[in-house]
Amino acid sequence: MAKRIDISGLSAYYGNHKAIDDISMTVEPRSVTAFIGPSGCGKSTFLRTLNRMHEVTPGGRVEGKVLLDDENLYAKDVDPVAVRRTVGMVFQRPNPFPTMSIFDNVAAGLRLNGSYKKSRLTEVVEKSLRGANLWNEVKDRLNKPGSGLSGGQQQRLCIARAIAVEPQVLLMDEPCSALDPISTLAIEDLIGELKERFTIVIVTHNMQQAARVSDRTAFFNLAAIGQPGKLIEIDDTERIFSNPSVQATEDYISGRFG
Amino acid sequence: MLAALFFVLATFAITTKVEGSRQGKDRVATSVVWVCFILALVPLLSLAWVTITKGIKVIDGYFLTHSMSGLLDTDEGGGIYHALLGTLEQVGIATLIAAPVGLLTAVYLVEYGRGRLAKTVTFFVDVMTGIPSIVAGLFILATWNLMLGFGPSGFAGALALAILMMPVVVRSTEEMLKLVPNELREASLALGVPKWRTILKVVLPTAIGGITTGVMLAVARITGETAPVLLLVFGTKLINPNPFEGAQSSLPLYVYEQYVVGTEASIDRAWGAALVLIAFVMILNLVARGIARWKAPSTGR
Amino acid sequence: MDITTETTSSPPPPPGPGTTLASKGSSHAGDRVFIGLSRGSGIALLVIMAAIAAFLTYRTGLAVSKDEANFLTSSEWNPAGDPPVFGIAVLLFGTIVSSIIAMAVAVPVAIGIALFISHYAPRRLATPLAYVVDLLAAVPSIIYGLWGAVFLVPHLDGLNQWLDQYLGWTYIFDKTSDGPARNLFTVGILLAIMILPIVTNVTREVFLQSPKMHEEAALALGATRWEVMRMSVLPFGRSGIISASMLGLGRALGETMAVAVVLSPSFIISGRLLDPGGGTFAQNIAAKFNEADEFGRDALIASGLVLFVITLLVNGAARWIIGRRKEYSGANA
Repeated sequence: MAKRIDISGLSAYYGNHKAIDDISMTVEPRSVTAFIGPSGCGKSTFLRTLNRMHEVTPGGRVEGKVLLDDENLYAKDVDPVAVRRTVGMVFQRPNPFPTMSIFDNVAAGLRLNGSYKKSRLTEVVEKSLRGANLWNEVKDRLNKPGSGLSGGQQQRLCIARAIAVEPQVLLMDEPCSALDPISTLAIEDLIGELKERFTIVIVTHNMQQAARVSDRTAFFNLAAIGQPGKLIEIDDTERIFSNPSVQATEDYISGRFG
Repeated sequence: MLAALFFVLATFAITTKVEGSRQGKDRVATSVVWVCFILALVPLLSLAWVTITKGIKVIDGYFLTHSMSGLLDTDEGGGIYHALLGTLEQVGIATLIAAPVGLLTAVYLVEYGRGRLAKTVTFFVDVMTGIPSIVAGLFILATWNLMLGFGPSGFAGALALAILMMPVVVRSTEEMLKLVPNELREASLALGVPKWRTILKVVLPTAIGGITTGVMLAVARITGETAPVLLLVFGTKLINPNPFEGAQSSLPLYVYEQYVVGTEASIDRAWGAALVLIAFVMILNLVARGIARWKAPSTGR
Repeated sequence: MDITTETTSSPPPPPGPGTTLASKGSSHAGDRVFIGLSRGSGIALLVIMAAIAAFLTYRTGLAVSKDEANFLTSSEWNPAGDPPVFGIAVLLFGTIVSSIIAMAVAVPVAIGIALFISHYAPRRLATPLAYVVDLLAAVPSIIYGLWGAVFLVPHLDGLNQWLDQYLGWTYIFDKTSDGPARNLFTVGILLAIMILPIVTNVTREVFLQSPKMHEEAALALGATRWEVMRMSVLPFGRSGIISASMLGLGRALGETMAVAVVLSPSFIISGRLLDPGGGTFAQNIAAKFNEADEFGRDALIASGLVLFVITLLVNGAARWIIGRRKEYSGANA
């Protein structure tokens, strides 16, 4: 199921503004890779280049290569829609579809990609909700609107929605930044379980979170406001937090941010 | 009115003396604002009152289900069935033309529109909003009737009404689509859903309440339009259920015709039709606003 | 939402290991069709606008080329005569005069009502009031016309007499003929009543957006309520008021039925606003249309084109003012 991602020489632009510059790294399958760094360093932009969501933004443009196993996502004949089916995404703020019930939300990815039989949908919905540790909380109200859930439940609903289409990779853009500590803990536990099945990349502002959930950590920084963000280093999480090889990383981690 | 003026001046004088000129001015302003409000309320209330009291006398089952066939202008009786039918057909056809075009244009502007074409369309939608209804009527007259040689028909009227309706639908739909949070579009795209299905299955359903409201308000607006109907549909006393051939009538046109005739019986009929028309428009408005309110909590987050 | 009855063909299977990403499937056809449709609609709108301008101009050309009088300055309208003579001077005069009266009456009152709803009225009264004003904006113009002719005209007789008596020396209010008040002045008043709701609505919305902080700051400095309005609310809403007025003006200029019903027209330019007579573009088209032959209709279309151009200019001015306002507030944000 899970695939390895090889990124080489990747730059992303908003119109004429370069947001990230020449990034190369490898993301291992069945592991959690965390992106940390100050605001505006381009880590979210970078994440969005991994499933071609960056180009949805007006003026969004990408140079470089992203290899999923051996296939370049930015090759000419690749369909961005197919890419997004393979590389799922969870957003900063929980965003269930307000017109749909809990069931329909989870089934949305399958249904919107074509028709599926009711029995198969039911099966996938249950499996995905169980996978997102939400089944027990919502199994009695699958037909209620998804917007009636708490913030943490909504975010897990969004995770269930993302994994229902069985992607290879799961991208998470600060998935806990809008949640309270208890909901955050539930999501972090969930991430630990999900990495058995998926390649997970998570952007986070919370360094303790990165330390808790990730296997590898990448640190991004920018020279000054208006300059493109750069990858400073990527290493095993333990090493990054105990003995990073670059001074800037140590400054950031030992600063008063975490 | 003079009394009001006197009252305002008196308060000004007294307050200025007692509390100083700043307070005096403040009192005057408050009074003026109140007077404005009452001044405006008088004609508007009178309009409603006159229409209802004069109209209600005329309306009964017979009035709603019969045409003016075989009646002289001075005769009492007769009804508005032919006009009601004409209005429904013309407005229906206009909506069938204008709503899809307007909706799709709004989708284009909000979801796809970048660059020159979108800017041009936006600009001309603005221009189109300001077209006087009689000019829209003249345009259809110049093309459909004078150039292509068709006679007056309900359809010609519907074409002009559609021109008046399109920009209104575009504007309101555009507003509603812009209210749909971008996060929902992204969530759907990130599931690997193609853009067009995202629009069709996620964006439009989220905005559907507001869009319906906008379309209904536009329908209400064109229902009351008289000028293009006068030029293009021509008016008749008879029931003509075929909107594609021959003159039809419509409610606003009927009001006008009956007023112009000027007999006591016909002016009564004019009030009756006016009340039906106003009731129709008001019900559309109320329902539309009801939908907007009812749908609001589930669309807004 | 029920999506089980989908008609789209062959949904791509969920990509398992080994499936390629280069599947250009049905989704693209759908996207193309959808873009095509929606862009086509936009283009259709443009085509309609272009056609309106083109056809009206063409017909105007046909009419004006045979006109033996000066189209812009003649105050006659006899396209069926031999030679055909017609000109828009009377219509231009009547349209502008009645619209000016309407604006002069409606705008100050609308500002007053808008202030009342947004800042003076108690909450419980303000919400339903705003709602009612909204509804009034939807009343069809023919009903205003009917009400104006049957009810307003006799009730304005008194005001007309009074104006004649005390302001007759101004010439404008000099009334030389008896008879009902089916004159440009009444038309102006009726138009004012008609555009009042829409102008009030737009103005009120602008007032409601005026920053609460400024108002509170002014109040905290010990300003009276009126001073708050003058210092904070009105300046903030100025461009909004102007564009709302323009919107109302556009409506007043193009109003057909209400004028046609109330005015007793004649082809004379007279500054005596209380005397019956005069005409407006839209009213003239509605009144002359039935008796006109094809050439006569072309002549009416020519006058319609002039009306179209005038409303375009007014709307353009409104747009321009709103645009400037956007830039201004953008710089503030």
